[in-house]
Amino acid sequence: MKPFTTLQGLVAPLDRANVDTDAIIPKQFLKSIKRSGFGPNAFDEWRYLDRGEPDRDCSGRPLNADFVLNRPRYQGASILLTRENFGCGSSREHAPWALEDYGFRAIIASSFADIFFNNCFKNGVLPIVLAADVVERLFVETEAREGYQLTIDLGAQTVTTPAGEAIRFSVDGESKHRLFNGLDDIGLTLLHTDKIKAYEVRRKAEARWLFQ
Amino acid sequence: MARTLYDKLWDAHVVHQEDNGTALIYVDRHLVHEVTSPQAFEGLKLAGRRLWQAKTVLATPDHNVPTTDRAAGIVDPVSRTQVETLDANCVEFGLNEFRMDDSRQGIVHVIGPEQGFTLPGATLVCGDSHTSTHGAFAALAFGIGTSEVEQVLATQCLWQKKSKAMLVKVDGELPAGLTAKDVALAIIGRIGTAGGNGYAVEFGGAAIRALSMEGRMTLCNMAIEAGARAGMVAADEKTIAYVEGRPQAPKGDDWQQAVACWRTLHSDEGAPFDAVIEFDAALIKPQVTWGTSPEMVLSVEDRVPNPIDAPTAVKKADWERALAYMGLTAGTPIAEIAIDKAFIGSCTNSRIEDLRQAAAVARWAVAQGRRVASNVKLAIVVPGSGLVKSQAEAEGLDKDFLAAGFEWREPGCSMCLAMNADRLEPGERCASTSNRNFEGRQGQGGRTHLVSPAMAAAAAVFGHFVDIRGLMNEARQ
Repeated sequence: MKPFTTLQGLVAPLDRANVDTDAIIPKQFLKSIKRSGFGPNAFDEWRYLDRGEPDRDCSGRPLNADFVLNRPRYQGASILLTRENFGCGSSREHAPWALEDYGFRAIIASSFADIFFNNCFKNGVLPIVLAADVVERLFVETEAREGYQLTIDLGAQTVTTPAGEAIRFSVDGESKHRLFNGLDDIGLTLLHTDKIKAYEVRRKAEARWLFQ
Repeated sequence: MARTLYDKLWDAHVVHQEDNGTALIYVDRHLVHEVTSPQAFEGLKLAGRRLWQAKTVLATPDHNVPTTDRAAGIVDPVSRTQVETLDANCVEFGLNEFRMDDSRQGIVHVIGPEQGFTLPGATLVCGDSHTSTHGAFAALAFGIGTSEVEQVLATQCLWQKKSKAMLVKVDGELPAGLTAKDVALAIIGRIGTAGGNGYAVEFGGAAIRALSMEGRMTLCNMAIEAGARAGMVAADEKTIAYVEGRPQAPKGDDWQQAVACWRTLHSDEGAPFDAVIEFDAALIKPQVTWGTSPEMVLSVEDRVPNPIDAPTAVKKADWERALAYMGLTAGTPIAEIAIDKAFIGSCTNSRIEDLRQAAAVARWAVAQGRRVASNVKLAIVVPGSGLVKSQAEAEGLDKDFLAAGFEWREPGCSMCLAMNADRLEPGERCASTSNRNFEGRQGQGGRTHLVSPAMAAAAAVFGHFVDIRGLMNEARQ
């Protein structure tokens, strides 16, 4: 996994609450057996005017000019600013895969759905929870100024505005450590192999039927 | 100290506890399907990793499978590749798989309980958010992403932080004709789709105890639509009776010991919850969603809401967008909304009890000389598994549906998410027993209204939503 330490990047504002993972990556693209290449189909139904199909080249498809990510000023954005309960619905990890492949490394919202939030950390994407009034203010600033950038420092747990205001965010220590160092969960788990085996012995004695 | 059911399930599965609150949790059961597993198997192969406990896995293809004649195989080459990839991975890693042509194949969340693979007191995961379904058995069950699917295959464990505990207490008696689906939608309507974020939810109270296991599965299935990763119900005699005799249920001495253990799977008197929400079942009415989120739900007696009445500016914008997408006008009575298609199925409502409720409406229609309304282009019934299908056929339910003009299909996820050929076309409106009414969920541009099985069947017969309670009164006279 790619480590995440600091990021300075252009912010794109997606002003909707409850953005679900079906919207982030529609079901037809879940038929892929690969982990990469979902970026061109991120937000497919909002982004294009026609129906997207797997394995279809997106470069010539008609764009929906009204969709915020299609506006020229937000091209190259690496930070997504959005509203409450982002990533709700399906557990599909294709959603963070698509966002990461599109170019987003951080997502700021007032809240996230649990499974999506967890999936982000497995893919080098940092989900940041900020208070709703702070999110509202960032929306105003992003829309007011073209080229609006934020600087995110995971080590210091801050989001810094162009005016130099550092907004602190919280992140669970374990998730921060793994994302900061790009650590592999499976490798970390296998360090506890003895404990897993000891658990199995103990558990078999009290609930044998679970092991048959 | 008094513990909640969630505390008991959690405590029994902690392998290792870090100082910062993160714990390594042991996973007893793992359901695998074709959509969220190929990248996990590929990861194992690339790293040269083996499975920790292959026998804890049950696999089946469900999302991509056709619900029409299967003799022809899967026509869409991309879908076919995904199912064939699952078959090949199961052979390579030695996993138990019910293939597409197996009579036991079906939706993962239907076959787990049906096989006795889902057991009380167990931890169960699947790369699918509706894994919360299995909490109906007093199990700790939740959906995971593909990276975690790979981790469970390789280590049998997951890194987790304990959630907060919420009790949703539903007392009183549910009126005749109402179901667990109406209870679930009414709860989501009150607490919202983010209401359960960060919580494991236990459903309790007299109305929950009165539900069948099928009803409890429907309710726990929808816990994720309230934002809760896990939903659960305490074990009781119904739980034990449901599990007894299933192919993978414990036998002999093990059965006696297991039952004794399962009888402790309830929250202790006075156990502390971080949040408690109470409902009176007697006040719940037949629910119909009107928008593009399960929290956008009203009773069949209501009218489509006006965005000027929305509680916040963000919600007002949501409602306006939802009305535009759904092609609805504020003030329209819900009962006047006409549908184009009806879908009875999905991991929420495709079990035998669901099909019985819908078939009762079909039978009533035929007795009245009615059938699926002329404006309804398609009304399909998709059983949750091959075994549910056989049971329904043994009871003659298929004949009731066919006589009333419904189509009787092969088992799978089908039009809940339209990964196979069953889908809505742009602008089509559907009465659906599934779990999500998101934009495009049942097909790009499709408009979904979530309802109970009987309400979907009644909407198919009348061509628009009707109050199932009135129809039941008529049926009794």
